[in-house]
Amino acid sequence: MNILEVKNVGKRFGGLHALSDVNLSVAKDSVHAIIGPNGAGKSTLLNCLVGKLIPDTGSVSFDGQSVLGRKPHEINQMGISRVFQTPEIFGDLTVLENMMIPCLAKRDGAFALNGYRALMRDREIVDRAEHMLEDMHMIEKRGMHAASMSRGDKRRLEIAMCLAQEPRLLLLDEPTAGMARADTNNTIELLKQIKDSRPITIAIIEHDMHVVFSLAERITVLAQGTPLVEDTPDNIRGHPKVREAYLGETEH
Amino acid sequence: MTDRTDYTPAAATPPSRRAARDTILGLTKQDFSLLLVVIALAMLAPFLLNPFPSNSAMAQFNAGYPDLMQRFVIFGIFAIGFNILFGLTGYLSFGHAAFLGVGSYSCVWMFKLLGYNVLPGILLSIVVSGLFALLIGYVSLRRSGIYFSILTLAFAQMSFALAYSVLSNPAFNLTNGETGLQVYTSDPQWLQGDGPRAPHLFGLAMRETETLSIGAWNFQFNAGYYLCAVIMVVCFYLSVRLFRSPFGMMLRAVKSNQQRLNYTGVNARPYTLAAFVISGMYAGLAGGLLSAMDPLAGAERMQWTASGEVVLMTILGGAGTLIGPVLGAGFIKYFENIFSKINESTLHAWFSFLPDGLEDALVAIVYPFVGKGWHLTLGLLFMLVVIFLPGGLVQGGNKMATIFRRDRKGGGVEDDAATQRQAGE
Repeated sequence: MNILEVKNVGKRFGGLHALSDVNLSVAKDSVHAIIGPNGAGKSTLLNCLVGKLIPDTGSVSFDGQSVLGRKPHEINQMGISRVFQTPEIFGDLTVLENMMIPCLAKRDGAFALNGYRALMRDREIVDRAEHMLEDMHMIEKRGMHAASMSRGDKRRLEIAMCLAQEPRLLLLDEPTAGMARADTNNTIELLKQIKDSRPITIAIIEHDMHVVFSLAERITVLAQGTPLVEDTPDNIRGHPKVREAYLGETEH
Repeated sequence: MTDRTDYTPAAATPPSRRAARDTILGLTKQDFSLLLVVIALAMLAPFLLNPFPSNSAMAQFNAGYPDLMQRFVIFGIFAIGFNILFGLTGYLSFGHAAFLGVGSYSCVWMFKLLGYNVLPGILLSIVVSGLFALLIGYVSLRRSGIYFSILTLAFAQMSFALAYSVLSNPAFNLTNGETGLQVYTSDPQWLQGDGPRAPHLFGLAMRETETLSIGAWNFQFNAGYYLCAVIMVVCFYLSVRLFRSPFGMMLRAVKSNQQRLNYTGVNARPYTLAAFVISGMYAGLAGGLLSAMDPLAGAERMQWTASGEVVLMTILGGAGTLIGPVLGAGFIKYFENIFSKINESTLHAWFSFLPDGLEDALVAIVYPFVGKGWHLTLGLLFMLVVIFLPGGLVQGGNKMATIFRRDRKGGGVEDDAATQRQAGE
């Protein structure tokens, strides 16, 4: 069964066809990677999935419901969480406070006017946030300012925040971009753990072939705004069309 | 991960967090002591602001007279409300004086229609300014940053123009234009009966003042002041609750990273709008109280300088801190009313111990900074605060407290905790 269905999606910016006739199906509880050279339209596609962009043509449905025309927060409440290329966290807040916000969003929805109750006495939220931090081995950093953490920890926190919402689909936009090899491997391990510990679908956009081949069960190769081929990692590895699209780029 | 059953929250909760859960009036011990400080300052203001004997040369620095004390707390309320919007969400409104003005007019209209009891006027000023803020906020919050500021400024200037001229024509006179809205004997005052012919709260006249003379000191206790002070304490308490609530957390998240917030399934718009309306209601309440103390409302209360003043108060005191805006309001109002009164002859009197030439030179140098030039001194102080204490007077106070504590205890854990708390503010 497919949790995400993208059909005939097209998006143009002026004369540039960023996406044309994109079809993509992501199977439930799988790890699906979308790869492609720079400018292939990977990020545009992702933005169409989360409501940042609205495609000109085609349809995007999540678990049988169309996401088109919905705002980012509405799509998130449907069960899609997004991890950004550069970690997007609440830098001015503490790690624990960062964790509490998705917990609140999960319980209270997109808006709740509760301006009188003390947050720190809301045991359900505090305990849940602390529990998540423990699971991510970050509990000792709970009082730290999020902005002062290392990049790897920020990434870990961002993923933890997304998971606190118990999403059905986790979208990752180049989660290891600009990371040292050790951090990259940690992130791969983390994602594997996440996958093994709960029912969740992961769609990942990635440049780093090492990451892709370590994680993905299916791979879609995007080039010049259209899907070139979709197959298992083993078949993608030697595919002539893929080599052509990546001309000059080597797998590392 | 949620199905793990061996997890016991209490065991995993560090003692520090458990301590934070012991609360008084729903506040942590730390917040409660801050509330006590504010209560003490408000209730003892007639003493605290009157440190000099009435016939001494320093008596002109006394600020403990009813009119000025009322202003301290009323503008404190204005700044507390402004801080809910600006301090928490980072949205810098440059048109909050519009709500102050609307509140003032509402209150005077209640005097004109119902009578001199201040209660209906104060309540109406909150309601009307809240509705007005809903309208302006709904439009302005479609933009953020400088565009939001400009939109609010434009709305406030439009309101000023409406109040100053458009809405004061003979056919429909809502604001009485340049003269200002005031109560005339021909006004209906349906519920006035034979109550006092001046603003009162169920018979207690706002201008009623008891004077307590101890030696050379005269301390004045004014009914209107204490009404405003009690309301200010309540406003402060509510703002602390709001700061510590899930709602307050969401507002801080708006300031920190709105994109992440949207992609965390939270709709930022209604949160910012609610913050805007709440702070508009605080401003309206302040305006209502201004009219309740002196039943006259003029359009100049809506002018952009008044909007700028509350921005200065909040930043000077410390935006985003709890007590900062109150301190900032007091500081600026003190300058406006006390520093501006120093004139050339006062200066000559101060420097009379110096040789004549030196005295004249010194007076010539200092004079531009006092009296009518008080804005110059305020501007300099503001610059110093922004450059050296970006966290405002509160940061300055915290720094001093830290240094003091280090001297006494030789540094260590306490300091770290204090620094962390400051950062958390």
